Amino acid sequence: MNFVTPDFMPAMPEIFLLTMVCVILIIDLFLKDESRGATYVLSLIALIATAFLSFSNFSTETITTFNGSFILDPMATILKIAICIVVMAVFIYAKDYLKDRNIYKGEYFILGLFGVLGMMVMVSAGNFLTVYLGLELLSLSMYAMIAMQRDSIVASEAAMKYFILGAIASGILLYGMSMVYGVTGSLDLAIINKAVSGADRLVMSFGLVFIILGVAFKLGAVPFHMWMPDVYHGSPTSVTLFIASAPKIAAFAMMYRLLVDGLADMQADWQMILSILAVLSLLLGNIIAIAQSNIKRMFAYSTISHVGFILMGVIAGTQAGYGASMFYAIVYALMSVGGFGMIVLLSRAGFEAENIEDFKGLNQKSPWFAFVMMAMMFSMAGVPPFLGFWAKIAVLQEAVNSGFIWLAVVGVVGSVIGAFYYLRVIKVMYFDKPLDTTPLQASMDIRLTLSLNGLAILALGLYPTALITLCVSSF
Amino acid sequence: MFSNLPLLSLVIWTPIIGGMLVLATGSKNSIEVKVLSLLVSLVTLALSIPLYTQFDPSLASMQFEELIPWISNFHINYHIGVDGISMPLILLTTFITVIVIIAGWEVITFKVAQYFAAFLILEGLMIGTFAAMDAMLFYVFWEALLIPMFVIIGIWGGANRVYATIKFFLYTFLGSVFMLISLLYMYMHAAEVNGVGTFNLLELHKLPLDMTPQILIFLSFLLAFAVKVPMWPVHTWLPDAHVEAPTGGSVILAAIMLKLGGYGFIRFSLPITPDASMALDWLVILLSLIAIVYIGFVALIQADMKKLIAYSSISHMGFVTLGFFLFWKITENTGSASGAVLGLEGGMIQMISHGFISGAMFLSVGVLYDRMHSRMIKDYGGVVNTMPAFATFAVFFAMANAGLPGTSGFVGEFMVIMAAFKANFWYAFLAATTLIIGAAYTLWMVKRVIFGEIANEQVENLEDMNGREFFMMIVLAIAVLVIGLYPAPLLEVMHASIDNLVAHISISKLPM
Repeated sequence: MNFVTPDFMPAMPEIFLLTMVCVILIIDLFLKDESRGATYVLSLIALIATAFLSFSNFSTETITTFNGSFILDPMATILKIAICIVVMAVFIYAKDYLKDRNIYKGEYFILGLFGVLGMMVMVSAGNFLTVYLGLELLSLSMYAMIAMQRDSIVASEAAMKYFILGAIASGILLYGMSMVYGVTGSLDLAIINKAVSGADRLVMSFGLVFIILGVAFKLGAVPFHMWMPDVYHGSPTSVTLFIASAPKIAAFAMMYRLLVDGLADMQADWQMILSILAVLSLLLGNIIAIAQSNIKRMFAYSTISHVGFILMGVIAGTQAGYGASMFYAIVYALMSVGGFGMIVLLSRAGFEAENIEDFKGLNQKSPWFAFVMMAMMFSMAGVPPFLGFWAKIAVLQEAVNSGFIWLAVVGVVGSVIGAFYYLRVIKVMYFDKPLDTTPLQASMDIRLTLSLNGLAILALGLYPTALITLCVSSF
Repeated sequence: MFSNLPLLSLVIWTPIIGGMLVLATGSKNSIEVKVLSLLVSLVTLALSIPLYTQFDPSLASMQFEELIPWISNFHINYHIGVDGISMPLILLTTFITVIVIIAGWEVITFKVAQYFAAFLILEGLMIGTFAAMDAMLFYVFWEALLIPMFVIIGIWGGANRVYATIKFFLYTFLGSVFMLISLLYMYMHAAEVNGVGTFNLLELHKLPLDMTPQILIFLSFLLAFAVKVPMWPVHTWLPDAHVEAPTGGSVILAAIMLKLGGYGFIRFSLPITPDASMALDWLVILLSLIAIVYIGFVALIQADMKKLIAYSSISHMGFVTLGFFLFWKITENTGSASGAVLGLEGGMIQMISHGFISGAMFLSVGVLYDRMHSRMIKDYGGVVNTMPAFATFAVFFAMANAGLPGTSGFVGEFMVIMAAFKANFWYAFLAATTLIIGAAYTLWMVKRVIFGEIANEQVENLEDMNGREFFMMIVLAIAVLVIGLYPAPLLEVMHASIDNLVAHISISKLPM
């Protein structure tokens, strides 16, 4: 048997990031608390460089390496760049929050970077094992990040809850994979895809159900959403920022790899299962979000409803549909990171701006950031001209094109219900008097990034063509 | 020399960009903010005048057309243009916005810059809605204008403003999302028929559709536009929104926003789903007649002046929808479509005229409210003794609202009633009752507010209108009179487009 050296070039960004994480880890060991800024800056540099390497790796063709377990295609490249950009925003937003709470440690950034590495592996996975490897790297980093504020009871509870449920979900995912492996005799997604048609349908169906369950847990689709509100709420906002944004992009990629790359022949089966998940997510997420007074919990339920939309494009089952879902996932991550960024902006030492009430009268304190938050809210509600509207249009259009008009109707009814709680946030910002007159105490880099984030939502909403084209053409 | 200027785009974007400038200046120097806003609105008005002077009334096609590819993945274009139907409505918008800016001059005391900016941006979005020739572009403008209106009612409105504005937003949002699904469906259907999907309105007008999709599309359009018009029974947001909105907001709502619904019927429902419109015209006629008669009676018992005018608006807008949907009954009875033109043109005139009259009525209430801070009829009485000039205008506009011949209110109602006679005697009879009911509620209000003994000390101390208020009133009064006495130029402008529309909707779109 020949030992062939695999082509390392397609995995260059991942290899680079791994090296950088190790280097930063060691450097951080020798840093004193007051010079922790170096870790922060180095992490940002690592992310920029990784994004740049991914960009220079771009190829319109699909390249596989490591015996098919690593795939580099346009989707992977675009999603990796998106993940890096979103996580950069996460780090910038989180910095001051961590400082104010004495958890400004190197571990936050290092775990975050490991999470990014996990996501990148998930995005590029061509093999059950690579999927699982990436997923666990991401999940374990997140468990630890949540638990970092160890004196906080809610955070510990959230970490424990997430860990136990996440471990069960991973186990179920593995179980499903093992069934598919048993029938097809391979872990490689491309080989499985070819073998599906001749395989035992019953066992394959069981395997499919378990795999979808694992994916649905990661995405947070109803009825596997229970962890989301508690984890979003319990985690320090700096960590919620992370959990709520980029991992959804990775979860979309994982769903695409497993269901489309691996089990395309069972489309009819997974379309049906995903439809049920999507309907439940759209309705339940939006309805329960109305009852929330804690804005982090509200965002958690709103995320669940957005997941319904992400599923809708995949259900459409066409290239354009996957493109629309991918577009939605990226847009969602941008809006979500901005929304939580606003919570961080309003928080300060000893004060968590966790309740919707805490946004009262923001228009009087800072008209600009009230506008940014308004843009986020209208965007999430799907009101033009903001970006979220086009994400909804793209997904709905593909659902309609594939004959899922009823699903599109459920989607828009859900978004009308959803409009109510987004409007409530705008209402407290614009129509109510402020509770106190403390001015905003955020540093310049947060203000700048958040402004850019808000402007991106508006500007991309006015001209979404480039981003849509990028997403649709990558399939 | 200016023929290459993208005139229509300028009319849309000048107020939007101007509004952003106003926002950027902040509210420190409120006089500068006001002057800048007035300037922007005047420039927009000036820019919109060539739309009329350079308009060729003999053409039914789109004029001042602009087409720039926008979102190529879904074949969405920045495609705008005007015809005889939309052009008068655009002029109405630019005109009313100037009045609204003047109306807010002394009244608004906090967040001045945001107030004026909201109105300017709203103006641009409304013009965009009227000018959009791409269904998705229309939808974007249509939805986006909810945002400034939401803010206007919510920030500067009355005591119960939050309830009113959220109700307003959700009602309209719910109405329009189903229209969105219809548009997406038609895009897909166009892709099946023509090989390429399209949101181009003129293409959608030609798109053949089976009966079942037509009915469903018609119903979704009906929901979207009926909420906006608003028609009974989805009208309940309007009185709330009107009562709580600041004067300027009420004027814009009544004068222009409601017209968007009527415009939607004439631009979307009739030409895209003619067969479904024919099959379901009884439904719209029924709802219109209920609005005209029943809502007229509801207006009669109102104790709040703004609410009374709001209900009167719903009743008057009933004429618009009635006029639009008489088409098939008339063709059935007379055998020719030419009689139906009367109904459609009557509806259009009624929209324009109602824009001026309802705007003026709300301004009148605003004039009183600024002095007494009450909208209740019972708080007034004998205003004529202390405000004779105001009383003159108030009585004049009340007469116009009741449909006095010689005012614009008469022309539209008369045309629609004439058309209704051709369709069915009872339609005409029921519609004509409004001449009595309308006179009753308007004049009774005038009697209680304007005439009689001076009711209390506050009324005794009222000061008459100042120059600013006088100016707004006289301009609107002239407009009402001109249309009332000489509507020919207005009819001439829309004639070719309406003829074209009539010819189009007489042909079934069902596949052979």
